[in-house]
Amino acid sequence: MASTTGAAPDDAMTTDGDSGTHPVRRRDFINIAAVSAAGVGGLAVLYPLISQMAPSKDVLAESTTELDLSAIQPGQAVKAVFRKQPVFIRNLTPQEIAAADAVDVSSLRDPQTLAERTKAGHGNWLITMGVCTHLGCVPLGAGEGENKGEFGGYFCPCHGSHYDTAARIRKGPAPTNLLVPEYEFTTDTTVVIG
Amino acid sequence: MSFPWAKAYEPKAPLMRFLDERLPLPRFVYNAVGAGYPVPRNLSYFWNFGILAGFCLVLQIVTGVVLAMHYSANALVAFNSVEHIMRDVNWGWMLRYAHANGASFFFVVVYIHIFRGLFYSSYKAPREMIWLLGVVIFLLMMATAFMGYVLPWGQMSFWGAKVITGLFGAIPLVGEPLQIWLLGGYAPDNAALNRFYSLHFLLPFVIAGVVILHIWALHIPGSSNPTGVEVKSESDTVPFHPYYTAKDGFGLGVFLIIYTLFVFFLPNALGHPDNYIPANPLSTPAHIVPEWYFWPFYAILRAFTSDFLLPAKLWGVLAMFSAILCWFFLPWLDRSPVRSGHYRPLFRKFFLFGLIPCMAVLFWCGGAPAEEPYVMLSQIATAYYFLHFLVILPIVSLVERPEPLPYSITDAVLGTPADDGTVKGHMIQGENARPAV
Repeated sequence: MASTTGAAPDDAMTTDGDSGTHPVRRRDFINIAAVSAAGVGGLAVLYPLISQMAPSKDVLAESTTELDLSAIQPGQAVKAVFRKQPVFIRNLTPQEIAAADAVDVSSLRDPQTLAERTKAGHGNWLITMGVCTHLGCVPLGAGEGENKGEFGGYFCPCHGSHYDTAARIRKGPAPTNLLVPEYEFTTDTTVVIG
Repeated sequence: MSFPWAKAYEPKAPLMRFLDERLPLPRFVYNAVGAGYPVPRNLSYFWNFGILAGFCLVLQIVTGVVLAMHYSANALVAFNSVEHIMRDVNWGWMLRYAHANGASFFFVVVYIHIFRGLFYSSYKAPREMIWLLGVVIFLLMMATAFMGYVLPWGQMSFWGAKVITGLFGAIPLVGEPLQIWLLGGYAPDNAALNRFYSLHFLLPFVIAGVVILHIWALHIPGSSNPTGVEVKSESDTVPFHPYYTAKDGFGLGVFLIIYTLFVFFLPNALGHPDNYIPANPLSTPAHIVPEWYFWPFYAILRAFTSDFLLPAKLWGVLAMFSAILCWFFLPWLDRSPVRSGHYRPLFRKFFLFGLIPCMAVLFWCGGAPAEEPYVMLSQIATAYYFLHFLVILPIVSLVERPEPLPYSITDAVLGTPADDGTVKGHMIQGENARPAV
C-alpha cells in the first residue's frame, strides 16, 4: 500500500479487492447506515444547542402587559413596558385627532389612517411601541415637556425622525410608522397588550 | 514522527493541494487520526478510552459554554439561575444533565484509561512523557470538576468548597492565610464563587492544551499495544483510518448508549440530593461526601485519625495528594523491561488481586460515613495503595520471571509456525521490550 508512485484515479477502485465487480457489498450498506445514523444523531444534537438561545419560558411569560388607563387625561401620554421595550399610550385630544385625520393618507410614506391604528370605540387611545422604526431608539414626546417634533407627535433624537399625532412617520429616515402592538380592551379602562 | 511505511498525505483535489501548501492542517489530521498514522493491529477495546476521553472533553466544553450563557455566578442568584436553566431555558434540563453526567462519565472513561495504562505499563520508556502529561491532565480534571460542582451553590457545593479549601488550611504556618486567600474571605461566598466560575471556564481549555501535548508525545513512539512488544515491521500495524476510526466509532456508540441512559433516565443517580437545597453557611448536611469520582482520595484523606509526629489533618492531606503524585514516579519505580501485564505473572496477581480490590474498597469507603468499619477498611486499603506503588512494584519488577514474549505483534496475532507446523510462542527475555529503532 505504501506505493511510491501515485496511483492513477481509475486504479483506485480496483485496488480495493472485490469492489469493482460486486454491485452492492454488505460493507457498503453498513458504511452508509453508520454514517447516516451519525449524521442524523449529530443534527438531533444540534437542535437543542441552537434552540437554547431562543427566548426562555420566563421571557415568553413577559409577553403580555395589563394596563389601567383610567388616570390618563386627554393630551397626556404614558410609557409602559412590554417585552422589556417601551410602549406609548396616548389619550388623544379632539384637536390631535382632527390633525391626524386632516392628512392626505396617500401622501404618507407608510399610508394608514388614524382609525386603522386604533380600536373602534376607543378612537382616542393611540397605543404604539416606543421604538423608532429606524434603528430602535426611544422617541421623545410621551413625557411632559419633551420635544414632540414638527408634527406634534413624537421625535426621535438619534437620527431625527418626526412622527405625527397618529405616530406615523412624516419626516426623517424611519421607514414605517411606530408599530401598533396587538392589544385589546378588556374593560373601558383596561387594556391588555400582547 | 512516524514509521517509514506510514502513508504520505497526497491531496488530489486542487483546493486541498492549495491548502496543504499554505496551511497543512488536513495533513496534520491525516497523520494524527487518519490513514497516515500506523497503529498496532492488535489493540483491544481498552484502547478506545483515549478517544472517548477526548470526546468527553469536547462534550463538556460544548455543553459548558452553552450553560454559561444562562448561569449567573453570584451567590444571591446562582442557585436560582440553575433552576432557571432547568425550568425556563429551552432544553436547559437536558444540557445541564448532559454536563453533570458528562463529568461523571469523563471520570469513568479516564479511570479505565489510567488503569489500562497501569496494567500494560504504558508509562514505561519511551512513553514516560505521555504518562506524566496524563497525570497532569488528571489533576487539572479534578480541579475543574471540583470547581464546577461548587457552581450550583447548593448545600453540597458550599460544604464541598469549604472542606476542600480547608485542606490547604492543614499546611503548617501558611495554611490558614492561604485558605483565606483562596476563598477571598473566611468562608465560601461571592468572591469564591466568582473565581471558581472563572477558573472552571478556563481550565478545560488548559486541559485541551495539555491533551494536544499528550497526543503529540504519543505520536513520537506510536501507540502501545496489549503485548507490550514494540512495532517491528509494517505487518504489525494497520492505518488508524479506517481500522481504528471504525473500532473507536463502535466503542463511542456503546458509550453513548450508556451515557444517554443516565442523562435521560437516571439523571440524578450519580449526584447528591442535598445539592438541591440552597447553600446554607449555618448548617452542614449530616452526611457530606464529594462527587463519587473523588471517593478513593477522600477515603485516603479520612484514613488518618491520630497525630503521629505531624497532626492527623496534615497526614491526611499529604497522603491524599501523594496518592496521585506518586504516579509521576511510576516509570522509574517499575523497573521490569516487560510492559504488558499479560506476560508478568506476579505483577498480574498484585494488580488484579491487590490494586483493583484496594481501589474498590477505597471507592466504597470514600462514599461511606466516617465510622467503623469504614475507617479501618480505608486505613488498610490506604496502606496497601502506597505499599503497592512504592514497595511491591519495584520489588516485583526485580524478582519476577516474565513469561515468554512473542517475537512480534504479527506473531502474537497469527502465531509463529514452527518446523513441525505447530504454533508456539517465541521469546528472548527482555529483548523485545525495547523499541526497535
